[in-house]
Amino acid sequence: MTLLFRRKLLNSIVLTLSGMAAIAGLFMLAWILGDVAWKGFAAINWNFFTALPTPAGVKGGGLANAIVGTLLMTGTAACIAVPFGMMSGTYLAEFGKNNIFGHFVRFVADILVSAPSIVIGVFVYLILVKPMHNFSGWAGAFALAIIMLPVVSRTTEEMLRLVPPEIREASLALGSPYWKMTYKIIYRSAASGIFTGVMLAVARVAGETAPLLFTALNSPYWMHGMNEPMANLTVVLFNYAMSPYDDWHMLAWGAAFIITISVLAVNVFTRIILRTKRRRS
Amino acid sequence: MNHVKEGKERITQAIGMGKKSIAMELMPNKKPEIGEIKLSIRKLNFYYGDKQALFENTLDIAAKRVTAFIGPSGCGKSTHIRTYNRMFELYKGFRADGEIIMDGINILTTAIPALHLRRRVGMIFQKPTPFPMSLFDNIAYGLKLHNAFGASEIEGRVEKALKDAALWDEVQGKLHHQGTALSGGQQQRLCIARALAVEPDVLLMDEPCSALDPIATAKIEELIEELKGKLTIVIVTHNMQQAARVSDFTAYMYMGKLMEFGATSTIFMNPVRKETEDYVTGRFG
Repeated sequence: MTLLFRRKLLNSIVLTLSGMAAIAGLFMLAWILGDVAWKGFAAINWNFFTALPTPAGVKGGGLANAIVGTLLMTGTAACIAVPFGMMSGTYLAEFGKNNIFGHFVRFVADILVSAPSIVIGVFVYLILVKPMHNFSGWAGAFALAIIMLPVVSRTTEEMLRLVPPEIREASLALGSPYWKMTYKIIYRSAASGIFTGVMLAVARVAGETAPLLFTALNSPYWMHGMNEPMANLTVVLFNYAMSPYDDWHMLAWGAAFIITISVLAVNVFTRIILRTKRRRS
Repeated sequence: MNHVKEGKERITQAIGMGKKSIAMELMPNKKPEIGEIKLSIRKLNFYYGDKQALFENTLDIAAKRVTAFIGPSGCGKSTHIRTYNRMFELYKGFRADGEIIMDGINILTTAIPALHLRRRVGMIFQKPTPFPMSLFDNIAYGLKLHNAFGASEIEGRVEKALKDAALWDEVQGKLHHQGTALSGGQQQRLCIARALAVEPDVLLMDEPCSALDPIATAKIEELIEELKGKLTIVIVTHNMQQAARVSDFTAYMYMGKLMEFGATSTIFMNPVRKETEDYVTGRFG
């Protein structure tokens, strides 16, 4: 009887503790989201999306150029990283499953995934910014692309591997060449998974600050191309939050809000896609 | 609907009884001669890396007849038929030696490229494998691989393949639906239609009904009955009643060796070897 009681007691203690831990985690998330939403939402107005930043103390400034800059650089990074990532993921899943080169590439990709993003920023600074003597949108996009590449590559590999071997064999048994089977059947089977991976990689780099600090830097003006320093939400947020001015603080909250909402939206969106896919199969 | 009933009856008949029922399944006149030979297999050995899985299998597969492979799990039935389309080549370290002569060519050699071979030797798998695309595209995929047909030609051939696979009546007007949305039995017939569309000489079926319910199974068996005479069918099955029902010839395999091969009625009613009799009467395996 006492043994049973002790077990029940222990069970309820552990249950309480783990429940509290879960609530603590949720509480922090809710706090951050609530705070960002509360203060950020107040900063959002028409000017925020349409006007350029103003000098401290001048009312009516916005972050139009930073929003466009972030979109441009993230988009360019995706254009570079997605094809390369998908191709290397395809190599890993279809051709480099068991050979030494495949293991090596996989290992390097895993290291790259966990490499601190500031290191990648400094690296791009050294190979692009310094030789070209200016910060540029290209350099920023390139740094983001390096961060995306291993994520896209590894998710592509995982998703391709999830395609049942029977589907491959069935396709090959019809007399299909291997590349056609990969391109027409396997990609299609894995499409939603690969798309999810790409979106999560985009969400991941959309919030990066460190690599952009060394590459794209920032600018108070509209860009005339990718070959010049480029404003972006994260570096603006970093600079403005560190400044002593109240209206810049407001804009920083707004930037934080926009970034958080878009990353959240991408995550929720991909989850919905995954769920509908799972339900169908 | 009528043939569903028929199939059901046949199945209940078969399931209810043991050896007797198998004997009943076999018509007295079902003692075929091999006649024209489609594949002649000579001293076929197969290796998974260092492990030998098939030992000197030698037999002839009759053209336009149904040949069944039976035997306990792991005896090498699937391994055996997967050499007929060189499916094993996909995997590193798998190799076969010996001879499989089809129309005068040893298909184990590169005298015939795997892609050509697989066009002539189609395959159906245990699990239905519809591709993640529409019914139409599922079938058109194979067609387009080998031919440069125009749109109307493809349409006609898709329809013909679906009719040949006894699926047309159920999917007519729904060809744009996803292949994965069909029921298991329909999916399997879709796969058969897909294989038939490229007009193979030989159709390999690797336990085509083991993932299906009895009604779907009956339909597939009926289909095999209909296809016989048009092409050579080789079927692997765990279900001895099925082998008895659908096949003309039966091969009994055990531990990679071909124990006995002959007319299905002989194998089931008058087997030469004791092991075969033990297996087909359910005393073993």
